[in-house]
Amino acid sequence: MAKRIEVSDLNIYYGNFLAVEGVNVSIEPRSITALIGPSGCGKSTFLRSLNRMHEVLPGARVEGKVVMDGQDLYAADVDPVNVRRQIGMVFQRPNPFPTMSIYDNVIAGNRLNNNKMKKSEADDLVEKSLRGANLWNEVKDRLDRPGSGLSGGQQQRLCIARAIAVEPDVLLMDEPCSALDPISTLAIEDLMTELKERFTIVIVTHNMQQAARVSESTGFFNLNGVGQPGRLIEFNPTEKIFSNPDEKATEDYISGRFG
Amino acid sequence: MSTDTRTALPTPTPDAGSLHGERRLSRAVLAGIYLAGVALGAALSALTGFSVTSTVVYGVVLGTLALYVACRAVEGRRKAADRLVTALVTTAFAIAMIPLVSLVYTVLDKGLARLDGDFFNQSMFRVVGEGGGAYHAILGTLIITALATVISVPIGLMTAIYLVEYATGRLKKAITFFVDVMTGIPSIVAGLFAFALFTLFFGNSVRLGVMGAVALSVLMIPVVVRSCEEVLKLVPNELREASYALGVPKWRTVVKVVLPTAVAGLGTGVTLAVARVVGETAPLLVTVGLITGTNLNPFDGRMATLPVFAFYQLTQPGTDTQAYLDRAWTAALLLIILVMALNVVARLISRFFAPKTGR
Repeated sequence: MAKRIEVSDLNIYYGNFLAVEGVNVSIEPRSITALIGPSGCGKSTFLRSLNRMHEVLPGARVEGKVVMDGQDLYAADVDPVNVRRQIGMVFQRPNPFPTMSIYDNVIAGNRLNNNKMKKSEADDLVEKSLRGANLWNEVKDRLDRPGSGLSGGQQQRLCIARAIAVEPDVLLMDEPCSALDPISTLAIEDLMTELKERFTIVIVTHNMQQAARVSESTGFFNLNGVGQPGRLIEFNPTEKIFSNPDEKATEDYISGRFG
Repeated sequence: MSTDTRTALPTPTPDAGSLHGERRLSRAVLAGIYLAGVALGAALSALTGFSVTSTVVYGVVLGTLALYVACRAVEGRRKAADRLVTALVTTAFAIAMIPLVSLVYTVLDKGLARLDGDFFNQSMFRVVGEGGGAYHAILGTLIITALATVISVPIGLMTAIYLVEYATGRLKKAITFFVDVMTGIPSIVAGLFAFALFTLFFGNSVRLGVMGAVALSVLMIPVVVRSCEEVLKLVPNELREASYALGVPKWRTVVKVVLPTAVAGLGTGVTLAVARVVGETAPLLVTVGLITGTNLNPFDGRMATLPVFAFYQLTQPGTDTQAYLDRAWTAALLLIILVMALNVVARLISRFFAPKTGR
């Protein structure tokens, strides 16, 4: 069940510091949306505000609206825990739970929330999620081994399996390939292309080729200077961004003439 | 640089810029020089009226000097400074080891005499003079320490969780400050606190095992808080975020992700905190007292504990003084063994519960 996310007039703060200002964007379901931009421009912050992970940090807060399927995620009666169950996240560094086996890592979302499952259901879910993350064939014989024994790329796919096992509507990925080698990166990119049939995917990346390869739409974030808030400069179909962007700043950044 | 050279390398005076040809003294030669210095010290000591202390002091000083002078002459200034500092550091280490070795030796020497079956099987009930044992004191120490652990671990662990996972701002600083202050409380003060507390409720002459447990927890809680806090801080934030991102509430994240990840360190910290209080004497002296018979109920009357048992055997020996002293030493030996065993347990915990990588 992929869903559309509408963001309007979103301001994101760390304490009193305005980190991202005035974002208006509509993220399409069943597609990959890439966010690019220089370091510190607020793209990760924006991504984390989409599933209310931003406010986990002390003093962090958000103004504005993020609407998914007609429901404002920041409405007073919305529980951030429920938001995160619908909008999963994959982090920059693979972070499987070190105390758990591969099997337990995949069903961690259910186990940790105390969802009682029959053994057969759990087995099916683990296999389905690991197949979904293209990891099943590599780990099917050692599901009871610790997840931290896998290679970096495998760990990241394990984290993706863990994220899709809770059947979210949207999958957020914060530079999922930046700690991986090109082959693992390729595996993850192929996986994203498969996953977009079922999920809405938003990915933050520093790798512009990656954005061009996998995404349908691209947003370019930028900031005017240190201490200034980041802004969404341009949001367009990926082809247009990389061939004929509306904004001069986008063109400069993409062609490497930045700053 | 060959290390098997027995004497100084027979190289002619080396060129200034050459890497090779530096003259080195072998270990055997160095040891010989040092021993020569020590022998000289012994001779000097004999001249001034022989004693072991002056022999060692003169010997170490002269040995170190001899080493320095010889190295300076053969190997050059930099190497000689290195040797000198090595000798000084080693001497400091040896001095630090003297009390430890002496203590262990003395306790073993005097305590082994009564480390027999009777010591573990008999109490001091109706024992005057020889015989008897510390059965009641051993069990008393175990019961009171266990009770103190039961009181301190939940409070200490939850305080640590609060400090690491929830607290912010001023309250956090205040709690941390007071925990630090508590760490420095003298143990007798903890004992008097428990004494005063229970006197309020039960009158003036109350003595209970649980009073001792309360006094020990006052000493133990800050240690548990500090060690658990450090361990919980080591749990990577990424794991918490991974859990939140799966839609797991915060308390469940703490219980099911943070604590299991840190369990090895928590176990080690708690065990070391137990080891810290198991030998406390003063607070038990004022709160639990001592009896000669076996009392295993910490909520009813006085109990015996190993440290207090040792204290009274030593300070109030009966007619057969030696029997009392022997029992005191054996009780001390048992305490040392207990603390060592707890340290071993702590190491085992951290080994077995550590997250496995499984490559």
